Amino acid sequence: MTITHTSENSISGTPAAPERVDTSLSQIRDRDFGYNEARHLLLRAGFGGTDEQIRTLAEWGPERAVDYLLDYEDIPAEADARDAFDSGIIRPRNDAEKRAYRKAQQASDENALAQFRTIRQRAQRDDRNQMRKVQQWWITRMIQTPRPFEEKLTLFWHGHFATNFRTIEDSYHMYAQNRMLRANALGNFGDLLRGIVRDPAMLKYLNNNQNRKSSPNENLAREIMELFSLGEGNYTERDIKDGAKALTGFTYRDDAFVFNKNQHDNNSKRILGSIGNLDADGFVNAILLSPNCAPFICAKLYKYFVSDISTDVRSLKGAPRTVVRKMSAMLQDQRYDLKPVLRRLFLSRHFYDPSVMGNKIKSPAELVIGAVRTLNVPVRNLTILTGAMDMMGQSVFLPPSVKGWDGGRSWINTSTLFIRQNTLVYMLTGQQAQKNRRFVDPTAYDPTRLVPSMNDPRMDSNPPAELIANELLDLTLGHRPMGAIEFLVDAANKVDKPNTTKGITTMLLLITSMPEYQLS
Amino acid sequence: MNLHNNPDDAKAYTRRAFIQSSTLLASAALTVPAFIQSSAFALPRPEMGLSSIAGVDEDNILVIVQLSGGNDGLNTVIPYRDDTYHRLRPSIGLNLDNIHILSALGTNGASDLALNGSMTGIRELYDEGQCAIIQGVGYPNPNRSHFTSMDIWHTADTTATGDGWIGKYIDAQCCGYGKGESGTPDGSQPEYKIEPPIAIGREAPLMLSGRTMMPVSFETPDLFDWAGAKFSKDIIEDHQKLTDTLNEHADPNTNNAFLLRTAMDARVSSATIRKAVAAKPLVQYPNSKLSTQLSMIGSMIRAGMKTRVYYASIGSFDTHANQLGSQNRLLGQLSGAVRAFQSDLKAQGNDARVTTMCFSEFGRRVGQNASNGTDHGTAAPMFMFGPKVQGGFHSRHPSLTNLDNGDLKYTADFRSVYAEILDRWLNAKSRDVLGGNYRHLRVMDV
Repeated sequence: MTITHTSENSISGTPAAPERVDTSLSQIRDRDFGYNEARHLLLRAGFGGTDEQIRTLAEWGPERAVDYLLDYEDIPAEADARDAFDSGIIRPRNDAEKRAYRKAQQASDENALAQFRTIRQRAQRDDRNQMRKVQQWWITRMIQTPRPFEEKLTLFWHGHFATNFRTIEDSYHMYAQNRMLRANALGNFGDLLRGIVRDPAMLKYLNNNQNRKSSPNENLAREIMELFSLGEGNYTERDIKDGAKALTGFTYRDDAFVFNKNQHDNNSKRILGSIGNLDADGFVNAILLSPNCAPFICAKLYKYFVSDISTDVRSLKGAPRTVVRKMSAMLQDQRYDLKPVLRRLFLSRHFYDPSVMGNKIKSPAELVIGAVRTLNVPVRNLTILTGAMDMMGQSVFLPPSVKGWDGGRSWINTSTLFIRQNTLVYMLTGQQAQKNRRFVDPTAYDPTRLVPSMNDPRMDSNPPAELIANELLDLTLGHRPMGAIEFLVDAANKVDKPNTTKGITTMLLLITSMPEYQLS
Repeated sequence: MNLHNNPDDAKAYTRRAFIQSSTLLASAALTVPAFIQSSAFALPRPEMGLSSIAGVDEDNILVIVQLSGGNDGLNTVIPYRDDTYHRLRPSIGLNLDNIHILSALGTNGASDLALNGSMTGIRELYDEGQCAIIQGVGYPNPNRSHFTSMDIWHTADTTATGDGWIGKYIDAQCCGYGKGESGTPDGSQPEYKIEPPIAIGREAPLMLSGRTMMPVSFETPDLFDWAGAKFSKDIIEDHQKLTDTLNEHADPNTNNAFLLRTAMDARVSSATIRKAVAAKPLVQYPNSKLSTQLSMIGSMIRAGMKTRVYYASIGSFDTHANQLGSQNRLLGQLSGAVRAFQSDLKAQGNDARVTTMCFSEFGRRVGQNASNGTDHGTAAPMFMFGPKVQGGFHSRHPSLTNLDNGDLKYTADFRSVYAEILDRWLNAKSRDVLGGNYRHLRVMDV
């Protein structure tokens, strides 16, 4: 098998003169799908991959490659068990406890009340510890999964239906929401909405547990339309008021959704043109009937998978506007089934247009998970990695607000850029940036396996330094920037020989410190 | 193939297919962008020294301190003689034992107002005439969302959209481009005469972000440097040359160009900033996060850096429950940090060059809630510090009975304060930045 680089960029290092962006959703030709395209697909529909994985996908061609990633249910994987985490850390008081508490209150028994407080504080502390474990469980899953697209998409929905642990203070609810999102990630968008209006974490986060017939709370009704389905300006205050009424009584008890029909408002509502005694499902149906729903979802998918655009559909211009419009027409035709639309997108000529490839800023998750999956660096210490991601602005289960992460350029400033570079330094070498952290993680890293020519039995085991550098650039950047090679080889020679573990690590340190390494 | 990625599993890295070796490229000449050569970051000027030229406004520095979460104004500046205050705050209202009653200062006195008892340092500054308290600051149709209200304060725009007001100020200075717009009229690469603002923290605050100008942010000096040097010092030069390699053909609107600019800002400011903050401050600061931030800002000013706007922040003011202890502690930290900062600047001889402005996204409701806390409200006092402020009280204290939806009515628009800072301290035209005329409150004494 011979894989040739299809893009001129990969050889010359200078971008081609601006050409018209290909906005076609028709399928990329097999012969246009080479190493760089396969690499791009793995980065965007996953977290990147090894040289071997890239080559395999390239050899398979676009259709088989995309199907392999998207038909992930065919790939055996460890199921996420409902009982992997303790559901009982945060739980409502049982009847006996309630009686005891009431008695203590009535008697103003300060000792007993203090004991209740201590029990509560202990539970909260245990719950925060469990949240850290769930966080690390998910990061590990992203690192190890044979179904990278499943996790990439689950992370998308987590940012879309953003819920923050710090507000709801129940790690098991966060975990259960994560399972719900994963189970529906590539299914039907309507099912996701129906799932989210029954999700204890979301019901608590947006106060729907306080949304009662007698005193409606509009928080969830507003955000469902503004952030989860339609976008600002596509609904009225009346829609919010009646939407809130439709959601009354949708609450939870302990870990399960319950419909409290005594709190539900059975009066007629009018939401987005639909009239009747609507409940949450009626509200969801009204949303799905709106012509603004599919464009909003497609713009968000486009922003996550294709390029850093605004999610305000009306402000879209040029190629993104055209492509989002085509995607939304298709999503409507498919009655909100997501898979055919995403399959079409990942197979489209537009997805592989030069303006799209290598021009998207990596999220912290893409940077950190990608380092392991592409460079095969050791994970070393998950607490340090999740801490680093937090400093870069992305803690899973702790999104900054109900809007989720803004993404794009908002990830990058002078502070986070150093954190990003230094996290790679840590993963490659075990060295931490902090002055007071002198401990160097001793886990060995063997980067020689990244270099194809060093693993080819037909080749001299001592390939030239320039070839090693170029092969590393192909894997990490997808092209060879002009002049870079000179510094890579020079630095490797200063530290050791270019074909040793130390020499190659040195080159990787320099490559991962290049601004371009932040692009996917 | 298997996409399963077990880092311990070597199977993912089996021998590879033959790959054609590619043509090797000759190295290209490197271009160093012009703005680095003209940057004070790259070329620190030792002759700047500690002194300043009084009255030269190019020398003036603004320090912004953000109190995040919505600071409760009524327990910061206390209307202690008002019965309504005590009636609506039975368990969190401050009594005479817990406040600093202030003496009248010239025409700006207010005999019925006091400072929170934990604000001893700020009380001293008040007595020295170096603390201006602007009462009842807010804006029309107040927004009670943390995010939106904070964005309103950052953009100086009640729709909470657009660039940051300091960003707009710097863009306007740089390009002579006014009318509330920022960037260059023709979209060309701007040439800045002013250094980027510096924010302490891991975020680039919206307030400091313009169309093209982005602030320099750093959290701690040891995280503001490339750690690859720890692996080998010999490779620093190669690393720097690599990041200097700007692609001449890079479209300024691409993410790559944006990353290159940010990387350049990071690299050229890193050494200067780290060197500046490594110096021991001339005075002892208390032990708090805000004190650490202000002491670093003090050291950067002392080192003669030409930065004109600095930004620090302190959080946790969202006191919905058990407010008393936590807010007092936070106000104590604020007070101690600001007091030490002013002493530091005075010891440096730079105090007259620096004015500090302190704000929060909103105040809180008049009455306490059921959890001995307060919920999101509206207008609240702003503070300004330094020898060049008109010490004492400004504007009027909002009435506790004549309310708007149960909340305080604002008596001063926050943009009036911004306007005065722009016009009288930063030598700019506030109309160009704020898109309108706002009446000065005569808080600056210059």
